[in-house]
Amino acid sequence: MSRSSLRLQNGERAELKDVPLLSLREFHGDLLCDIRQGGRLASLFGHPVGDGVRLFAVTAHGDTGELSVSSADAGDSYPSLTPDCPQAHWFEREIAEQWGARPEGHPWLKPIRFHRPYRGGLPSDGGPLPAGVTDYFQVQGDGIHEVAVGPVHAGVIEPGHFRFQCHGEDVFHLEISLGYQHRGIERALVGGPGPRSIHLMETAAGDTSVAHATAYSWAIEALSNRRSPARGSVLRGIALELERLANHTGDLGALGGDVGFLPTASFCGRLRGDFLNLTALACGSRFGRGWMRPGGAAFDLEAPRAAELLERLGQAMSDVGNAVGMLLGSPSVLARFEETGVVSKASAEALGLVGVAARACGLERDVRFEFPAGIFRMTHIPVSTWESGDVFARAQVRWLEIQRSAAFIAEQLVALPEGPIRSEPAAGLEPESLAVAMVEGWRGEVCHVALTDAAGRLARYKVVDPSFHNWMGLALALRDQQISDFPLCNKSFSLSYCGHDL
Amino acid sequence: MLRALAARLKQGQRTLSYPKGTPTLPDRFRGRPETDFSRCDAGCAARLKDCPTGAVVETDGHRRLDLGRCLFCADCAAACPHGAVRFTAEHKLAAWSREDLVLPGTEPKIRPDDPKFRKIARSLQIRVVSAGGCNACEADINVLSTIVFDLSRFGISVVASPRHADALIVAGPVPRNMRLALEKTYRALPAPRIVIAVGACAISGGPYAGHEEVCGGAAAVVPVDLYIPGCPPHPLTILDGLLKLTGRL
Repeated sequence: MSRSSLRLQNGERAELKDVPLLSLREFHGDLLCDIRQGGRLASLFGHPVGDGVRLFAVTAHGDTGELSVSSADAGDSYPSLTPDCPQAHWFEREIAEQWGARPEGHPWLKPIRFHRPYRGGLPSDGGPLPAGVTDYFQVQGDGIHEVAVGPVHAGVIEPGHFRFQCHGEDVFHLEISLGYQHRGIERALVGGPGPRSIHLMETAAGDTSVAHATAYSWAIEALSNRRSPARGSVLRGIALELERLANHTGDLGALGGDVGFLPTASFCGRLRGDFLNLTALACGSRFGRGWMRPGGAAFDLEAPRAAELLERLGQAMSDVGNAVGMLLGSPSVLARFEETGVVSKASAEALGLVGVAARACGLERDVRFEFPAGIFRMTHIPVSTWESGDVFARAQVRWLEIQRSAAFIAEQLVALPEGPIRSEPAAGLEPESLAVAMVEGWRGEVCHVALTDAAGRLARYKVVDPSFHNWMGLALALRDQQISDFPLCNKSFSLSYCGHDL
Repeated sequence: MLRALAARLKQGQRTLSYPKGTPTLPDRFRGRPETDFSRCDAGCAARLKDCPTGAVVETDGHRRLDLGRCLFCADCAAACPHGAVRFTAEHKLAAWSREDLVLPGTEPKIRPDDPKFRKIARSLQIRVVSAGGCNACEADINVLSTIVFDLSRFGISVVASPRHADALIVAGPVPRNMRLALEKTYRALPAPRIVIAVGACAISGGPYAGHEEVCGGAAAVVPVDLYIPGCPPHPLTILDGLLKLTGRL
């Protein structure tokens, strides 16, 4: 790890003056050095300082469990990191769009959310900025054709625009253009925390409400020197794993549906709801709304409720085992899953993939294991990996995680520590500080970075949903595939549009 | 084949008898609130101002709760120790006009007598447009097609093409980036078109109300016939709304 950066643990606060301000050359050199040594870019974002833009980088070091933070002043342009570090490519596009700081030498610089820059004083024509209207990568030649899909898709799914460069049925390249769900979450958090902040976090990605609300709570707790009591921390772990169970089960069913294997599609559709109803048993909301709050949890699992949850969890798991066993035990399903949508380990590493998508390429990346916080400091859930990088690997990793999450919940439910579930409110946030909070959501790493101003208000709140890292993984998985396999590959990644677009 | 049959036996019959029987919702479920703001004192008034979406509105000195903005977080129930707001287990929330969502209101109105509603009594085809929410409303709309709710037994189905649809469900606050796509989808429906706004975002902008990135809900772009509040609404709340639309309830 480079010596010039500040080192933090997950969920720790530092004073802004302790974040090293480097020259652009040092900043780049240190980042590249960190990444060559196995670090990973968890967050890279701009923050306006005076007339210019300051870049902040958070690098995650899985081997030591530390996060390193450094900064540099960029001005209106800076040399792009992307040619040497592909995992920076989407971040640099975001910084250019938000703050008008141009990464010189970026190979594919274009908008990602189609909004006007936040920084005043930038030249702007003031006209509309139509979403999706931009240059696309194009292949030319005999028999080459382009397929454009979206933003409105055929199912009940979120909007996004997809451009396939095809030769017959074969896809040479897929380009994904998002931004249709952009609703200004990061901008609205500035000046907070306010009454709406937690709700913006719970709706950053509705199926990941618990993970985003937990990351936000950790960040706010770090900034206000507050902690969740032990019982609250365990409840957070239970809520997080219930969220994983529901979504993984739903995805396995949907994968069955995408290859026409209807029994599992049908069973898992119901079972996903059973897990959501367990979350509703705990807090009244199927999506965990209102359960996670700064300071701990807002709803307790008293003994009878915990006992009911445990019993219903056991019943649901027995049916999930049956449904998934059928899916992964059917040769016709395996023929469609195996060697479809392969992403190599090297590509996954270069792109900085996270979560299920990374673990299905054999990478041991899991915040619960590498950067444990809360209950995961006490109890370890084994990291589930598979080597083949295909649709099958992504299904298999989900199935492994379902079993391990259920075992974790069952273990915690019978050993809930006594005591309060939430600590007393704190006076306010520490001024001129920075905190990083990471949570392993069901899709992967949810990373929040909060900066406060001199008055202890949020000056910048950077949210990185795992989908932000992983959309490019889906694009790569489609190369040399049949276009008819797109739904299957897409579902195997199961990424969030709203979590990306914010 | 035998394995599939054995699995089918084990998984059992799971379809709800709704609307004949209503399943028991969890005790912490937050459904239709009952309000009596006359119980509030000055302290409550200050705390009620902290409603994240400003759903507790004050007009002519009378306080009311706007379900179209409500996120059902129950912060208002905690804000008034005298019990001005109490969330009940009632899941039926759909309303035919924006005003009917403001509590305490008048008696729930019946379906307006519009010829376009008569055509869909036995068959309702719906196209869903996801426009800028968090995908939770979409998730709980999708749930209606699972074996638990089995939407098709009511003659209602979700279709891929707007050309095949009688009604449009809009979820989300409609970002500026989605405005054109929503307008085009609406125009692609054959007339007469029915529009259903599902969730706080589509009704009022929800937690994004006032953001310059969004239009502030479906009604800013297309005329809305039915409002189904919630954040997100429970699947039964959505189903109740759809059955009211077809005249089955």
